Amino acid sequence: MHGFPWWPQAASGYARQINFLFGSLLVIAFLTAGLVFFLMLFFANKYRHGANVDRSGTTKKTWRFEVSWTVATLLVFVGLAVWGASTYVHLYNPPENALQIFVVGKQWMWKAQHPGGQREINELHVPVDQPVRLVLASQDVIHSFFIPALRIKQDVVPGRYETMWFRADRVGRYHLFCAEYCGTDHAKMGGWVTVMNPRDFASWLRAQGGQGTLAAQGQQLFHRYGCSGCHEAGGTVRAPNLNGLFGSPVPLSDGSVVIADASYVRDSILDPKKQVAAGYAPVMPTFAGQVSEDDLAKLVAYIQSIGPQPGGRA
Amino acid sequence: MHAPVRESYLNASVGIRSWLLTTDHKRIALLYFGGITFFFFVGGIAATLIRLELITPQGDLGSPDFYNRLFTMHGIIMVWFFLIPSIPTTMGNFILPMMIGARDLAFPRLNLLSWYLYIAGGLITLTALLLGGVDTGWTFYEPYSTFYATGYVILTVFGIFVSGFSSILTGLNFIVTVHKLRAPGMTWYRLPVFVWSTYATSVILVLATPVLAMTLLMLLAERVLHVGIFSPQLGGDPLLFQHMFWFYSHPAVYIMILPSMGVISEVVPVFSSKSLFGYYFVVWCSIAIAVIGFLVWGHHMFVAGQSLYASLAFSFLSYLVAVPSAIKVFNWVATMHEGWIRFDAPMLYAFGFIGLFTIGGLTGLMLAALAVDVHVTDTYFVVAHFHYIMVGGAVMGFFAGLHYWWPKISGRLYPDYWARFAAILAFFGFNLTFFPQFILGYLGMPRRYQSYPPEFQIWHVLSSAGASILAVGYALPIFYFAWSILRGPRAPANPWRATGLEWSTPSPPPPENFSTTPTVIRPPYQYDRGKPCMQAGDV
Repeated sequence: MHGFPWWPQAASGYARQINFLFGSLLVIAFLTAGLVFFLMLFFANKYRHGANVDRSGTTKKTWRFEVSWTVATLLVFVGLAVWGASTYVHLYNPPENALQIFVVGKQWMWKAQHPGGQREINELHVPVDQPVRLVLASQDVIHSFFIPALRIKQDVVPGRYETMWFRADRVGRYHLFCAEYCGTDHAKMGGWVTVMNPRDFASWLRAQGGQGTLAAQGQQLFHRYGCSGCHEAGGTVRAPNLNGLFGSPVPLSDGSVVIADASYVRDSILDPKKQVAAGYAPVMPTFAGQVSEDDLAKLVAYIQSIGPQPGGRA
Repeated sequence: MHAPVRESYLNASVGIRSWLLTTDHKRIALLYFGGITFFFFVGGIAATLIRLELITPQGDLGSPDFYNRLFTMHGIIMVWFFLIPSIPTTMGNFILPMMIGARDLAFPRLNLLSWYLYIAGGLITLTALLLGGVDTGWTFYEPYSTFYATGYVILTVFGIFVSGFSSILTGLNFIVTVHKLRAPGMTWYRLPVFVWSTYATSVILVLATPVLAMTLLMLLAERVLHVGIFSPQLGGDPLLFQHMFWFYSHPAVYIMILPSMGVISEVVPVFSSKSLFGYYFVVWCSIAIAVIGFLVWGHHMFVAGQSLYASLAFSFLSYLVAVPSAIKVFNWVATMHEGWIRFDAPMLYAFGFIGLFTIGGLTGLMLAALAVDVHVTDTYFVVAHFHYIMVGGAVMGFFAGLHYWWPKISGRLYPDYWARFAAILAFFGFNLTFFPQFILGYLGMPRRYQSYPPEFQIWHVLSSAGASILAVGYALPIFYFAWSILRGPRAPANPWRATGLEWSTPSPPPPENFSTTPTVIRPPYQYDRGKPCMQAGDV
């Protein structure tokens, strides 16, 4: 056995923020529980059946007690709600320059694809002090990507992209778990997140090799799946040109406008009739069931690379 | 010389038919009691095997699939066939009509039908579990349940579906009974808090259970007929399932805890020989919990991919629903001030309830804080939290009520020494079982894991040790209650010096409950310097 671990490692500034919030909640909980326990035991002893004590002051104006403890409770609770929420909003605001890594969950492994084309399974290597943004997809059931040392977790729901981001600031190896029950080997679906010095990370990337960058692999797929037949200049069918598309607003045939992010690109490949670009006929066939999540990630990376701001927000 | 045998509901008629075809609410309560006791121990066996498996970091008691079926079975049995029916169908059935001075529930035959539906649902589900079980978890998340689950999903879901009708009919019966069958003088604000709590519970049962039924039917439609609803492969939305499931299952938490709060609101004044502090506040807090409880389901989904704004709203509402629970705790403690406090077994269980429920509630506040929830959701922190509410709270309340009303139900007293010992044992065993799980959870140990990293082992070992103590605490009552039935001294009509109508009639009650319909002359829990003032007037 490994002794009594009391407190988990904290490998990011955000994790230490959570420690502070959780620690404060613990203090509040101990004070409140302490008060309840103390009063209960104090009264139980002082006013036990046989005790000969003064019981004459019996409870007048109970509403004063009621109103004061109701209001006090409400104020403390609202304060806690605001504090917990304002920290949480942070998770929805990834920095623009984040390193983007695609992660696919499937029964029972995590597969990561780096922009340079490096791939790893049940491992995730990231550089220290640099924001990392994960684009997560699931190939089968719901999984949940959980790194306790960073205090972050995100369910990965099949059929759509989820994102999460972090900036680790301590070099080390940390547990990676699947936190959403996903079948037989749920408990084995995990591994390690390795946070490395930039130089070590660069040499790790080089040592992995890879078959060209993710975007370059995506470009090959763009031709192999026949996308280029319509979506590139000189195509036989009139289809939107995808150069400079990524991250920009797209007017749709129903009059609404969407931002062409990773989810939009993914949906447009798998369910093209869902959001049809204004001015184009809904003639594109669906690729659902033909393109794996791995290949989708490559295609998205390619579309992103020919967008106006390479490496920008997806 | 033998005293003439008084007629009671127990000896009014004999034979198995007189029980299986009875419409007496008291006998139906005992039928339910048999059912839920059976399922409690079935679920308990699964829990025992889980705790045995987790003593070591590697999986060694069976295959991973076996473990997955164990925790699924534990959850399904305990939630639907023990916790939800536990207090309402036993003590609610037995005591509620007596508390309001009624002869029976409004629809006695419907009451018997409810029991048959419960037993039918239970047996169907149990059959599925014994044939090989299911590996979905009690939450049946999609698309896992449609395309990836193995085992008897359809049969299990059907069993739960059937038992849902039992819940709906029971809730309906209580609502009509409380509205229509109150004795003369029993105004709404003279109702004991247990009646209010059961009433609030019934409203939830009637409004929420149909949503569960619909959700389960859709799940069946998708699994059997491949109608696309929840699975993305069929064009469905997995989050829709979670919304619908928790729209029922979060209010279901209040179905489990409100009746226990009702029991505690009876026990604390009686054993303090003092009127309940803040009766109106306690009553309206029950109603507030029942209403706001319908608006917090999304706090189960803070990392599931729902929108940021939904999460913000659900977090705020979750803090709001915690306020009435906190107020109840303060009122129970204030009730003891300047009381004449006795430490009989029901009161010890009530102390246990207040302490454990407070811890469960405070850790609920941590989970409602969005940023903290992201880290601890789906870990042992959540497991510990809801066991503090459902076992520390609901089950402690169940035992408090059982020990409180046992003399009325059985007509016999039990050995108080052993009962107090069992209460204390259960309290310490419970804390040793579940407190380490809070630590495990914040360390990052995910739930539903058969095997785990070795550094977590010490907390699992402590937890399993606690579970063995807890098991003894739960098994002891079987022995002293059995002794009570066979050898226990006869119970007087009002052994605890309580004030409710149910204590104005002999123990065990006659088949018609009261020889003449009582007239209520005062609110509940009135004491004159520690001496009870009966609601029906002093006999």
